[in-house]
Amino acid sequence: MKILVAVKRVIDANIRVRVKPDHSGVETANVKMAMNPFCEIAVEEALRIQQAGDAEEVILFSAGPQKCQETIRTGLAMGADRGLHVLTDERLEPLAIAKMIAAAAEQQGADLIILGKQSIDDDHNQTGQIVAALMRRALGSYISEIKKVAGGFAITREIDAGLEKLRITSPAVVTTDLRLNEPRYASLPNIMKAKKKPIDELSVADLGVDIGCRTEILSVVEPPARQAGVMVSDAGELVDKLKNQAKVI
Amino acid sequence: MMSYSAPIRDLTFAATELADLHGVCRLPGFEEVTAELLQSILEEAGKFAGEVLAPINWSGDQQGVRLENGQVRTADGWQEAYQQFIQGGWNGLPFATEVGGQGLPWLVATAVAEIWHAANMSFSLCPLLTQSAIEAIQAHGSAQQKATYLPKLVSGEWSGTMNLTEPQAGSDLSAVKTRAVAEGDHYLLSGQKIFITYGDHDLTDNIIHLVLARTPHAPPGVKGISLFIVPKFLPDAHGNWKLRNDIETLSLERKLGIHASPTAVLGYGAKSGAVGYLVGEENHGLIYMFTMMNVARHAVGVEGNGVAERAYQQAVAFAAQRIQGREIDDPSGERVAIIHHPDIKRLLLLQKCRIEALRALALLVGGCMDHERRQTDAQLQTRAREMVEIMTPIVKGYATELGLENVSLALQVHGGMGFIEETGAAQHYRDQRITPIYEGTTGIQALDLIGRKLIRDGGAMNGRVIERIREQCGALANARELAAMTDGMAKALAILQESANSIVASAADNMQLPAAVSEPYLRLWGVVACGWQMLKAADVSLTKQQDKQPADGRGDQQDATFYRNKLHTARFYFSSEMPKVHALGEIISTSSQLVVAADASLFQAG
Ligand SMILES: Cc1cc2nc3c(=O)[nH]c(=O)nc-3n(C[C@H](O)[C@H](O)[C@H](O)COP(=O)(O)OP(=O)(O)OC[C@H]3O[C@@H](n4cnc5c(N)ncnc54)[C@H](O)[C@@H]3O)c2cc1C
Repeated sequence: MKILVAVKRVIDANIRVRVKPDHSGVETANVKMAMNPFCEIAVEEALRIQQAGDAEEVILFSAGPQKCQETIRTGLAMGADRGLHVLTDERLEPLAIAKMIAAAAEQQGADLIILGKQSIDDDHNQTGQIVAALMRRALGSYISEIKKVAGGFAITREIDAGLEKLRITSPAVVTTDLRLNEPRYASLPNIMKAKKKPIDELSVADLGVDIGCRTEILSVVEPPARQAGVMVSDAGELVDKLKNQAKVI
Repeated sequence: MMSYSAPIRDLTFAATELADLHGVCRLPGFEEVTAELLQSILEEAGKFAGEVLAPINWSGDQQGVRLENGQVRTADGWQEAYQQFIQGGWNGLPFATEVGGQGLPWLVATAVAEIWHAANMSFSLCPLLTQSAIEAIQAHGSAQQKATYLPKLVSGEWSGTMNLTEPQAGSDLSAVKTRAVAEGDHYLLSGQKIFITYGDHDLTDNIIHLVLARTPHAPPGVKGISLFIVPKFLPDAHGNWKLRNDIETLSLERKLGIHASPTAVLGYGAKSGAVGYLVGEENHGLIYMFTMMNVARHAVGVEGNGVAERAYQQAVAFAAQRIQGREIDDPSGERVAIIHHPDIKRLLLLQKCRIEALRALALLVGGCMDHERRQTDAQLQTRAREMVEIMTPIVKGYATELGLENVSLALQVHGGMGFIEETGAAQHYRDQRITPIYEGTTGIQALDLIGRKLIRDGGAMNGRVIERIREQCGALANARELAAMTDGMAKALAILQESANSIVASAADNMQLPAAVSEPYLRLWGVVACGWQMLKAADVSLTKQQDKQPADGRGDQQDATFYRNKLHTARFYFSSEMPKVHALGEIISTSSQLVVAADASLFQAG
């Protein structure tokens, strides 16, 4: 089995994100970037499946500017085998990324595609779903457990009502939830080995997909600052305020 | 508690643009090392330090260590963090691949070590001591000792300690009394060692003590001290290291700081004698110790600067968030964060310029350690060795003393909250206090600097090193734009050379005289050496600013800000730190007689 893991370069989770003065997007020029945390979980799971003897190869995929190779290297240092980088400076929507992942997975013959359930920058929560639809493959979203079984995978999904256990057929697409695993730290020997692992650079044309945007960003603004709370003396006052001030009940 | 974010940009800058990483990479054995590899290593180390080591720094301080039924227990989270640390392969970073290390340069090791110490000083002392033990066995152990101990010490499966100090023998190791009596293929040791860092703990299966002791007919003084390997556990009949050696942890010290690092009193041989194995030859112990001393002293200097960096980060965060007062030129304006006040900015700038200068100096010496070991050109190798000789007591002495001032300034930024334990600034202040003491006090470093490194050859080596610095500073690309700084540097070097001459001259009269000003002389050297680094940094920054092409592929804008700030910081160093050379020069030339002439009555009460 071959596993393709999609990894995205995003603003580091510990950084306070600032909106650009012209409201065209968020400031990325001077800020620390890192692998999207859900993608780290995806890489970790692929490596665990490989270590359990259920996969021969773990391939990392990333699309975006040159610097995405650093993100791929991070995953290679965790233990993945090689990388694919689609070099483009265009703005990428989930649909475009999904098309590229689908095309790459087809080319590589990947049986399992693992993605983070969402990226912490745009919070779309769409890419995995679109990949599955484009490829007409089984989808397991928000998984907190996955095991290889005959003909497919046994998965556990985190849903509003609790946990849902399913069996899906291979080939499949899964997206990772937070509790799936705790990603490893790259070890020093693996960091050194990662330097020698190959990253193939592709162009959008190599994949033969149209990455044109279907949406246009009109404006990006900071969320409104939170107002200070008020203490209420009893339940009666609370109900009164909810009814007459907040008008929510 | 405050988080820690490894200063990766500045570490890579210091390594690649000031400490000549590229030159180090050309040394035999380092062909695979590149700036990109350094970057990845620092990023992953920074991540591990920030997420695993830094969060248990404060809890470790509060909880401390305890002695239970003769066994030392470390604080919560310590065992897990240590396992992760060694599984990550970090323990063996600079050691040979043949014994399981990663074979990376000391330059890289220095940069990574700063990250560990900053994140968690108490934790990082364990690998630091193991590193010293590895160095000692590597350099002087027999083939069999190397095969037995190095792989496990390098992997971190076992840890190492240094047992020098005894109640009557601290700075003066000639007074060591611990006895070692030959018995067959080994020796039996008896005596007491105090202040032994990680002398006992529960992180590893075995602890390899390196112990200084005397054999029965050894000559008195330093020429009669031998070095022994004394494992906590010995191999049983099946070769399993399970047999308890006759070493007892008598007590743990209660201390001002580094509460999570056990400082043990160890009793050797109370029952049958502790089994030890001689390293090298009898009576050569102190010489062996000296060969590894450079590495250990350098490491403590890096430690002192790392703790200062941590405290500085905390001070910056606090200053940006604490609202107090208004802009001094806008009394009716809004209340502002204290980082707007000129005096707070000055406090932060002082810390920043010192930390960055010391970081560059420590990395430079790390790189010289690599040239010393692997350079094939004899002349370059000698130059590197001389730089290491002179700079080691300076990095140890000056980075720790200045580190002490820095953590005090960081605490000051916090106002009253700095004095309150929960804030966390106080921990760095307490922890830092040991760095100018252990591994040879500042006074002892200063004696080393004026003795072995200056007076011994009449100042010849010292003069050569000064001359090389002078040459470098005279050949800067942007000498004209930096005229004010190069001027200051030239004057500082002249004062340093004059002071060195006067010390050499006075030594011929009476050794008391140079000893009396040895510490100011060490500081003078420290100010100048740091100035040298900041001048180079300013020169590189100017060149990079003029370069339209971003050389290393990083974002233009990000780099522009970095270099502009670096230049600013360097200028501040020259305006606020460099002038100290005049005062220190004055102190050196005028105070020694007054110190020497002071007799006991002067210190009597009343
Ligand atoms: C927390 C901690 C951890 C330690 N870890 C270890 C360890 O792991 N292994 C180990 O072996 N030791 C360890 N030590 C011991 C440490 O190295 C010594 O404390 C240090 O070297 C100073 O020795 P001393 O305490 O005997 O002070 P002393 O030597 O008594 O010095 C007292 C003062 O006199 C000055 N002085 C002494 N001699 C001279 C001189 N000739 N000229 C000028 N001034 C002089 C010193 O600078 C100092 O200011 C540790 C100590 C502490 C507190």
